[in-house]
Amino acid sequence: MIWLILLPLLWASLAFVLEPGRGKWLAITGLAMQTWLAFDLAQKVGAGGSAIFHAVGGWGAPLGIDLTADGLSAAMLLLTQCVALPLAVYASAYYKRDDAAGAYFWPLAGFLIAGLNALFLSADLFNIYITLELVGLAAVGLVAAGGGAQQVATALRYLFATLVGSGLYLLGVALIYGAYGTVSIAVLTPLVTSEAPRLVWIAGGLMLVGLLLKTALFPFHFWLPPAHGGAPAPVSALLSALVVKASFYLILRLWIGPFAPLIAVAEWLAWGPAALGTLAIFWGSWRAIRAERLKMLIAYSTVAQLGYLFLIFPLLTGHGAIQAGVMQAFAHGLAKAGMFVAAGVFIKATGQDKVSGLAGVVERLPITLFAFGLSCMTLMGLPPSSGFLAKWLLIEAALDRGYWWLVVVVLAGGLLAAVYVFRVLRQAFLLAPASTPLAAVPRTLEWTAFALATASVLLGLRGVELVQLVGVPA
Amino acid sequence: MSSGLLFACVGALLFAMGIAGVILIGHLLRRILAFNVMGSGAFLILVGLAQRNDVPDPVPQAMVLTGIVVTVAATALALALVRRLFALTGKLELPADET
Amino acid sequence: MTMNELLPMAVLATSLLPGLAIFALPEGWIVLRTTLNLFGAIAKLVLVAVLLAGVAAGEEYGVRFAVLPGLDLAFKADALGLLFVSLSAVLWLFTTFYAIGYLEGAPHRSRFFGFFSLCVTATMGIAMAANLFTFFVFYELLTLSTFPLVVHRGTDKAMKGGTIYLAYMLIGGTALLTGIVWLHHLLGHTEFAHTGIAAALGPEYAGQLKIIFLLLIAGVGVKAALVPLHGWLPQAMVAPAPVSALLHAVAVVKAGAFGIVRIVYEVYGVEFAQSLDLLTPLAIMAAVTIVWGSFRALLQDDLKKRLAYSTVSQVSYITLGIALFGPIGTIGGLVHLVHQGIMKITLFFCAGNYAETLGIHKVSEMDGVGRRMPLTTLAFSIGALGMMGAPLTAGAISKAWLSEGATAAGMDWAIWVLWTSSLLNAAYFLPILWRTWLRPAPVAWPEEHIPARGWRETALLLLLPPLVTATMTLAAGMLAESPGSPLVWAKLIAEREYRQGVTLP
Repeated sequence: MIWLILLPLLWASLAFVLEPGRGKWLAITGLAMQTWLAFDLAQKVGAGGSAIFHAVGGWGAPLGIDLTADGLSAAMLLLTQCVALPLAVYASAYYKRDDAAGAYFWPLAGFLIAGLNALFLSADLFNIYITLELVGLAAVGLVAAGGGAQQVATALRYLFATLVGSGLYLLGVALIYGAYGTVSIAVLTPLVTSEAPRLVWIAGGLMLVGLLLKTALFPFHFWLPPAHGGAPAPVSALLSALVVKASFYLILRLWIGPFAPLIAVAEWLAWGPAALGTLAIFWGSWRAIRAERLKMLIAYSTVAQLGYLFLIFPLLTGHGAIQAGVMQAFAHGLAKAGMFVAAGVFIKATGQDKVSGLAGVVERLPITLFAFGLSCMTLMGLPPSSGFLAKWLLIEAALDRGYWWLVVVVLAGGLLAAVYVFRVLRQAFLLAPASTPLAAVPRTLEWTAFALATASVLLGLRGVELVQLVGVPA
Repeated sequence: MSSGLLFACVGALLFAMGIAGVILIGHLLRRILAFNVMGSGAFLILVGLAQRNDVPDPVPQAMVLTGIVVTVAATALALALVRRLFALTGKLELPADET
Repeated sequence: MTMNELLPMAVLATSLLPGLAIFALPEGWIVLRTTLNLFGAIAKLVLVAVLLAGVAAGEEYGVRFAVLPGLDLAFKADALGLLFVSLSAVLWLFTTFYAIGYLEGAPHRSRFFGFFSLCVTATMGIAMAANLFTFFVFYELLTLSTFPLVVHRGTDKAMKGGTIYLAYMLIGGTALLTGIVWLHHLLGHTEFAHTGIAAALGPEYAGQLKIIFLLLIAGVGVKAALVPLHGWLPQAMVAPAPVSALLHAVAVVKAGAFGIVRIVYEVYGVEFAQSLDLLTPLAIMAAVTIVWGSFRALLQDDLKKRLAYSTVSQVSYITLGIALFGPIGTIGGLVHLVHQGIMKITLFFCAGNYAETLGIHKVSEMDGVGRRMPLTTLAFSIGALGMMGAPLTAGAISKAWLSEGATAAGMDWAIWVLWTSSLLNAAYFLPILWRTWLRPAPVAWPEEHIPARGWRETALLLLLPPLVTATMTLAAGMLAESPGSPLVWAKLIAEREYRQGVTLP
């Protein structure tokens, strides 16, 4: 389990020391091993039916660091490695040998993945703060790397947003420590009761707001579209598919863990995230429908898709809501990574980023367009795809509680997604003006996009194992 | 009011000032300073609230040390980015938002 | 896996695998592509024949895979499913021949045949789905795989048609999904079963079940082109002729009609649906569609659009047959599912031939075409006469059973609907026949592409498929009572769908 954190740190540091050309093979090998480790861990957690613990270096809490993997963490770890591995292969072909951004990509991506893995495994609130910062700083570095003024400005804006977010979270942690004298999630969970002092409520509120800011839930989404839309394709894919999921995971973990007694006395609280999620779906879709640039369209689609994740909060007291959330995280993670890398191929080939400039790619880049189409299928929630299973689980959970308006939101969101993705597909099927030249694109780029998109669809044919894994308690 | 609680109250004040600065100030260097004020506020609360019995608690001290390292790293990154922005545009403010 | 589990999978695989392989083939590899296509189509026919023989002998075929806990992707090849499977498999073979001829030399054939095979796979999946969930999966897959075919030409007009098509389909799919999840929530499963599953819920659910029925029928009604959900069908006629022929005359609208059959018989159960008063509104809707479609067809000058509105009208015969409570109406509806497919595909093949050979797209351009293309026009005439319900054709059998079913169900007004429709059919088909055979030919055709050679008025691959399907139209009419005919098979299904014993005339 510890190797899931150490390996990326190792190859990231080596990639930093070595020249970038060698960094990529280290990264791909490391990620391949991590993927195997993640599968192994998921298999062990699933088979054992209970969480696995590990005290780093033999030191337990409070002095040492505890790691723990339950079903939810194992699933998120699996998602991270499964998305990162194809992206690394993609990036190895995307960056040219003398590309400055490429030289920075490998070490930063390694630290980012190490941070993510550590976040999913951490068992105490303060450690999670450190990993949050690590992920945030690495992500900002990736956005800025090798870019011009516009990109640096975007990175700075992103940096301030993420620092404020983790600052609020840290303040919450400080208050929690002040109230209970511990930051271990396992120790805190029985301590927090419905009669908790006001201080704890404030702490919970601060942490929630900070994490919502980092997850870019509407109306905190302002930083996301420029950051995700402006970065190079492999970076956009990493950020959209994984980074925002990390803070969502954390909200979910705290919501069903230590803060569950607070929410039990104030159930109306759950409608806050759900209402914001609904607004995010409509606003994000609307902006995506209006977007002129392809990557902005995809970035706004992320804003919309993140909304679905928050629809599960009123349902958490019933059955199947966490499963629906994780399935949506998988669906969106795989499909959005596929979409961004496919968009990267289009941009490399056509030399521009306008939706209207895509005419004719169906003839020249059929594999990429097919990949893009499969990703779109997942985003719209059409069967057979993991997006459809997520939609199905969500609707069933909503019907279980009798919340009809959530059903309407989910279905309407799917139709809105169809409007914006078919704007792109429709354009791609148009006949190209004969004169448009298309640059040659390495085959690796096309096939990695295809692999990610196919994975998002195939998961829709077999979701049993994932759903069972997520059900393993902490 | 114990000294610990006093620390915590000052910390809260600093945090509020800092966060207002990060959000409202346009000048980038001052924004970075505001972020540091915000971080210090959080650390004061962490240390202050933890010693209610006037016995120093080692765990938050260790946490604050770690936190300071993180803050220094974040500040360094922010400064590097600001320098790069200054080299590229000659300005110490963020350009208008592009959509 | 046992043989009985493997066979339904193999039926799917014979079009799925060639389809996927064809995507990967370079444009120029014509021989391998054609071989793959034909091999798949013929292998499918053989498998379907094995299944038909097995089911007639009382064998059961089925297989299921867990997708989520409590949710299965399940297939079964029962008598009803096989009716649709065999129709699609036979017509797929002919359409493949036709499409190879039609698209000779055209660009993007790999893409075309790839999606074409995926469509057939989706149709087979719809036919063999053993629960509503599986049905929905393939229903949406059919939408997605037909979109690239509708917009195949890549023109602005094609895009416009494709967008309208997609908008109708996706909104319909959403309604269908709502109904399915709701039903799944109430029942805990959505498995199809003879005589239905919804009756298991108590009478206090009657209200909810009525709303669900509405949602489900609205969802499949879009594909079945029930008025007022039919707006996409004339628009989708921008697609190349083989697509219009197989998909819009057969696969897509039939998938909708077949969905109605499954929902009425195997989800609600026809007797339970009758007790909820759901069948009469459905019959009225079908009747309105029949008359309205025929009426609109009368006003079209564009040949394919006239055929499209004719499809709107004719497919609702099936719905009407289902909604006429009683086994005779059921047989009429089911047999028409097959008969309409054969007749309409003949007409579309011929329309494609006129357009491809002489550049004729409009009814007003068809003067004297019978002399230039006698065999095609002969096939067209047989198809048209069948549509009108002329004696000796397949159409006559359908109409006879439907009218008898209406009498047996005590819905005499339905007979008037059928008569009105027949008159309107005659009104829009007879002038065409008169033009083609009796009016003099113009000096020059609009755009002559393929010259006549000997007895071959057009390319051989374009000529043979309509001739074969026209022959089948006559055979289904004249040999209706012989074993293996659609009528005999429809009787077999009707016997299994009614709980009480059935006495057939």
